[in-house]
Amino acid sequence: MGRDRTQVNVLTATDAGLIGCTRCGKVWTPDHGYCERCGAALRPVDKSGLQKVWAWWWAGLIFYIPANLYPMLRTATLGAEQQNTIVGGAIELWKHHNYGVATIVFVASVMIPIGKFIAVAYLALAVGNEKRRGGHPHLHLYEVVEFIGRWSMIDVFVVAILSALVQLGFVASIHPGPAAASFALSVAFTMLSAQSFDPRLIWRGPERVI
Amino acid sequence: MSFQTSPPKLDPAQLMACPQCDALHQAEHLPDGQRARCVRCGTILISPRERSFLHVIAFSFTGMILMIGAIFFPFLEISTRGLHHESSIFGVAMAFSEGWLAPLAFAVLSMIVALPVFRFAALIYTLWPLANGKPAWPHAATMFRLAEESQPWAMAEIFIIGTAVALVKLAGLAKVSLGPAFWAFCVLIIVIALKDSFVSKWTIWDAIERK
Repeated sequence: MGRDRTQVNVLTATDAGLIGCTRCGKVWTPDHGYCERCGAALRPVDKSGLQKVWAWWWAGLIFYIPANLYPMLRTATLGAEQQNTIVGGAIELWKHHNYGVATIVFVASVMIPIGKFIAVAYLALAVGNEKRRGGHPHLHLYEVVEFIGRWSMIDVFVVAILSALVQLGFVASIHPGPAAASFALSVAFTMLSAQSFDPRLIWRGPERVI
Repeated sequence: MSFQTSPPKLDPAQLMACPQCDALHQAEHLPDGQRARCVRCGTILISPRERSFLHVIAFSFTGMILMIGAIFFPFLEISTRGLHHESSIFGVAMAFSEGWLAPLAFAVLSMIVALPVFRFAALIYTLWPLANGKPAWPHAATMFRLAEESQPWAMAEIFIIGTAVALVKLAGLAKVSLGPAFWAFCVLIIVIALKDSFVSKWTIWDAIERK
């Protein structure tokens, strides 16, 4: 509070010596551990939650590596077997002139995950170091990350649908590869990382580093 | 807007803290159709709509019926050179059931079927007595909180986009026909979006609390 002139009059629950529930918004005195209305755990606004953000972030990053190295799909057509990684699948679509879908796949499985790693790391590193512009750009970034992160799951569903449907024996059959599991885990871990980030930290300026 | 930053030393029972930025506000009941935003970060805090509880219940029942249809009818069918194969939604999740990928089959099944169904059921359980002017049923608060917490993991709409991508991938290889379950699922995601637009969290929490 207090970095931007338009925000000077805003009183936060923390400033008032209270704790706000991040789930339902109910305000409690600090002696409460759980919100008595919705049952969620009450967390004071401090940097200790960032440890969780980083733990999930690293887990997500570690699983993102095998997700790109191993094949996502194993396609067998008339005896010949072909293996596709995530990027390989997008390139394949592009070669067959499906530019729109190739872009969707590339954005959902390459750009969104990488962008998310960068954005969450930036938000977590910037806590307490925000410059004077106030929290709005950072809050928008956080909202975009939270909204868009789930969409990376598209590729896992595509693999599931293709492997369930294309079971034509010798003529054509598709099986999921190991990358499907590590990619799903990577997406889940980065979602947990973004969820562990407490957006209330964004608004604590440099002068009140906790 | 009847929604202001409050002076200190107010009764915490009357206050609401913005979940995104912690700014304190004095919570009030708004007329239907009005929205209250956080004065600092602009997050929508209260957005009551007329008879919203009934709407949410109706949409949730609709969604559950559509989901039952989506599970039991055929989803997609593929045919080429006299061979054909069809799959249900259940079959799609079970694509991962071979070998060590099996946990992923459970994850996919919960993301596209179990969690959406759970969210419908939890909302009906929470809102049914409230819409009838009765006190909330036991554990309604827990049910509604779990419904809120599981929202990011219910991925019905993402699944439909995934289906579209898969259809394009198959377009050149074989003839794919869309089953009734596919259309049920498309309607389902519209119903989910409509239902979400009628949910005002604060209004529901307030109603649960007043018993």
